Amino acid sequence: MSARRGYDGVAVAVPVTVPYVRYSVRSAHWWLARALGEALKRSGLKKTDVDGLTVSSFTLAPDTAIGLTQHLGVSPRWLDHVPLGGASGVVALRRAARAVQAGDAEVVACIAGDTNHVDSFRLTLANFSQFARDAVYPYGAGGPNASFSFLTAHYMRTYGATREDFGKLCVAQRANALKYPHALFKKPLALEEYLSARPIAEPLRLFDCVMPCAGAEAFLVLSEDRARSLNAPYARLLGAVERHNAFPSDPIQMRAGWALEREALYAQAGVGTGDIDFVETYDDYPVISVMQFEDLGFCGKGEGPAFVRANTFTHDGSFPHNTSGGQLSVGQAGAAGGFLGLVEAIRQLTGEAGGRQVAGANVGLASGFGMINFDRGLGSGAAILAAP
Amino acid sequence: MTQPLVRPKRKNPVLRTRLPTLPPGTRSRVALGLTAAAAEGRFALQVCRDCGAVQYPPREACQACLSVRLDWRAQDGAGALLADTVLHHSNDLFFRERLPWRLGLVRLDVGAAVVAHLHGDVPPAPARVRVTARLDRAGQAVLVALPEKETPHMADDRQLREFTCDPKFRKILVTDGKTAVGQALVKAFAAAGADLLWVGHTEPWKKFAGFDELAALPQVTLLPLDVTDSKSVREIAAEIGGKVDILVNTAEYHRTFGIGNRPGVETARAEMDVNYFGLLRLAQEFGPAMRSRGSDGQSSAVAWVNLLSIYALANFPPHGTFSASKAAAHSLAQCLRAELRPAGVRVVNVFPGPIDDEWNQLLLPPKVAPEALARAIVQALRDGVEDVYPGDVAQEWLERWRENPKALERELSA
Repeated sequence: MSARRGYDGVAVAVPVTVPYVRYSVRSAHWWLARALGEALKRSGLKKTDVDGLTVSSFTLAPDTAIGLTQHLGVSPRWLDHVPLGGASGVVALRRAARAVQAGDAEVVACIAGDTNHVDSFRLTLANFSQFARDAVYPYGAGGPNASFSFLTAHYMRTYGATREDFGKLCVAQRANALKYPHALFKKPLALEEYLSARPIAEPLRLFDCVMPCAGAEAFLVLSEDRARSLNAPYARLLGAVERHNAFPSDPIQMRAGWALEREALYAQAGVGTGDIDFVETYDDYPVISVMQFEDLGFCGKGEGPAFVRANTFTHDGSFPHNTSGGQLSVGQAGAAGGFLGLVEAIRQLTGEAGGRQVAGANVGLASGFGMINFDRGLGSGAAILAAP
Repeated sequence: MTQPLVRPKRKNPVLRTRLPTLPPGTRSRVALGLTAAAAEGRFALQVCRDCGAVQYPPREACQACLSVRLDWRAQDGAGALLADTVLHHSNDLFFRERLPWRLGLVRLDVGAAVVAHLHGDVPPAPARVRVTARLDRAGQAVLVALPEKETPHMADDRQLREFTCDPKFRKILVTDGKTAVGQALVKAFAAAGADLLWVGHTEPWKKFAGFDELAALPQVTLLPLDVTDSKSVREIAAEIGGKVDILVNTAEYHRTFGIGNRPGVETARAEMDVNYFGLLRLAQEFGPAMRSRGSDGQSSAVAWVNLLSIYALANFPPHGTFSASKAAAHSLAQCLRAELRPAGVRVVNVFPGPIDDEWNQLLLPPKVAPEALARAIVQALRDGVEDVYPGDVAQEWLERWRENPKALERELSA
C-alpha cells in the first residue's frame, strides 16, 4: 500500500453550534440554513466565497445536498452528501480537506443538522435501513438501545466492566456539560442517580442512552493561508482515517475500524497517544467510548475498565474526554452528533472553550462512529487536530 | 421456568376491550422468503448456490462472493446466545403494551448472527439455543430463540404465546360436528385444553352418529348451525361471536364427478353453497367480532381455520366440481386473511389430501385419517403456522405443484 499523503496546510475553523432544542417544528433545512448562516456570519465570508459544501442529515428527505443548494441559494463548485450518521463529521472533514488540497474548492462548509419532531425519532428507527426494518425493528422496536444493550452486556461479561465504570464516564461528561452553554442537560448527575435510573434495555438505564433532539453543527475547511487571511482562529488537521464495516466476521461487535486504522492515523499525524491532550469520542452509549479508548490505542483491548478506573475524565482530569459533555449530556441532534466532538476539538485548540478549556491543549483527537445498520455500528473514523 | 397458564377469569363486560395493535410489519420483498417458509412452519435462510455461505439478514447478493444465486434452505437453528436483554422501553405500540420483552443476539452454528425474540426458559448468555421462525401477529416471520431442549410448559411462555394460536384455554367454534373430521377435532381440542367448545350441527332435530359422545364432553355445547342459512349463521354469531377465539370451519359438501358425468348444476351449486358461500356467510358474521377481539388479554381471538383441500391448488377431474368449490374457498380465504390481519387474527388454511371418508371411497390409499387431520390442525395452531398440508398425498401434490404446476395439471387429467 502506498504511503498516504498528509493533510499539510489544511485548516479547520469557525466551529458553529446552532443551539439544540428537544423538539422542533422546523424542518432539517431550517437547521442547516442556520448552521451555514452562522458560519458565514462568524467568518465574514459571503455565500459566494464558500465554494464547497458537505451536508449530513437524517431528516432532510426527500432532499439531499443537491436540493439544499437551491433551497439555500448557493452555487458550490464542489458538493458532497455525507449521510454516514455518527461518522459524518470525520468523513466530511477528510473529503473537504482533500478538495481544498487539490484546489477543487477553496472554502468548504461542512454542515450537519437534524430536526426532531415529536414522532420523527420513531419514524427514523422504523425505516433506518433495509436490514433494520427486516431484522431488528420488528423485535421490540427498541432502536439502538436494544443493539447497544447486547454490546454492553457482552462487553461487561467478557472484560469485567461494571455499571460503575460506565457511570464514571457519564458523570464526568455531565460535569463538563455544565460548563457548555448549549448542553440540554443542565443539572449535575450523581453516580447514584445514574445507577438507579429506570431500566431501558438491560443492562442499559436511562443515562446510558442519548436523548434525540434537534440541532446543527458546522465548521469550515480551508487552507491555513486562507484562514490566516480571514483572521479566523483555526486548528491544523494532522491526520484522519475512516474504515467501514470492519471485522464483519466478529460474531458480536467488540471493536471497530479504528483498530485497523490507528497506526496509519498516528503515523500520518506524526504524534503518539501520549501527545494527545484531550479526546472527543462518539458516545451514543458509554460502552462505545470505552471501545474507542481501546481501539485508538489509549489502552489495550479489554483494558478499558482498568483504564477508566485509573483516570479522571473531566476537562481538568487526567484524561480530558468529551469536554463539552458529549452527546450523552448535550443531546443527540441526529447527524450533527457526528460533528459534536470535532466542533468541540476546534474550540479547545483555538482557546474558545471557556470554563471547560483543557489547560495547554495542543493536540486533540475526535472520533466518529455510526449507522447501526443491523447488529453493529458500521462506520468509524478519527481525526487528529493541532493548534497552529 | 415457565409458569403454567391458569384458566383466565371470566371477562368483566364493563371494562373496555383493548384494541388490537400489530408489531411492525414492513418487510423488503426479499425478506418475505423468511415469511413464506415460516407460514409452513419452516425456518429457512438464504444459502449461496455458488459458495455455500449462509446469509442473514435476507439480501440480494452473497456477502461472501457477490453471487446473486441465493436459495432459501431449511436450517436446524442451532446456535449460541451471545447476549440477551430485557426491553423496558419500546417505540412501538404493540411492544409497549407487552413490556418487559426479552431479546437475544444469537450466533447460528452455520455462521450468521441474528436478533431473536428470546424464550423465558433460555438461561442468560452464554447459552445454547434453538432458533425457529414464527409468524408474528402482523403475519410476518420473526425469529424466536427457544431453549435447546424442551422445558415444562414452554408453550405457555408469555412471549411465545404471542406468536402461536395454542388452543389451551381458548374458546373454539367447530362449525360442523357431524363429520368425522369435525368429531375428531372436537376431541382433539378438548384434549388440548380448550376452555369451551361450541359445536355446530345442521339438523338439531336428529342425533348424528357420535352425538352422545361429543355431548358428554364437559367443554362442549352443541348449537344448531347451518352455514347455508344466513339467518342461522347470524343468530349464532349474535349469540357467541363476541367470545370465539378460534373458529374452525369444517362444514363441507363433497360429491364425486366432474362436468360430463353428472347432468345439471344442482350438486355443484350445493358444493358452492357450503364450501364457498358458507365461508363467506361465516366470515361476514363472525369476522367483525373476532377483529375487535384480537388483543383481548391472555385468550384473545387468534385464529380462523379453513378446511380446504389439496384439490384447491390444482383441479382433480374425478372430483372436479368439488375441486372448483375448494379453489373458490381458498381464494376467499386469502381475502379473509387480508381482512383479519389488521387485528392479528391468523387465517390457517388446511389443504389435506383425500380424507379417509365415504366420499373418497374409491380413491386408493394413502388417505388422511380424520384423527390424524385433527392432530395436524391442533399442531398447526400450536406452532402458529398458516398453511398446512397434512398427509403424504398433500405433501406430494404440493411438491409436484411447486415444481411444475403445468405438469401436475397434465398428470391429474391422465
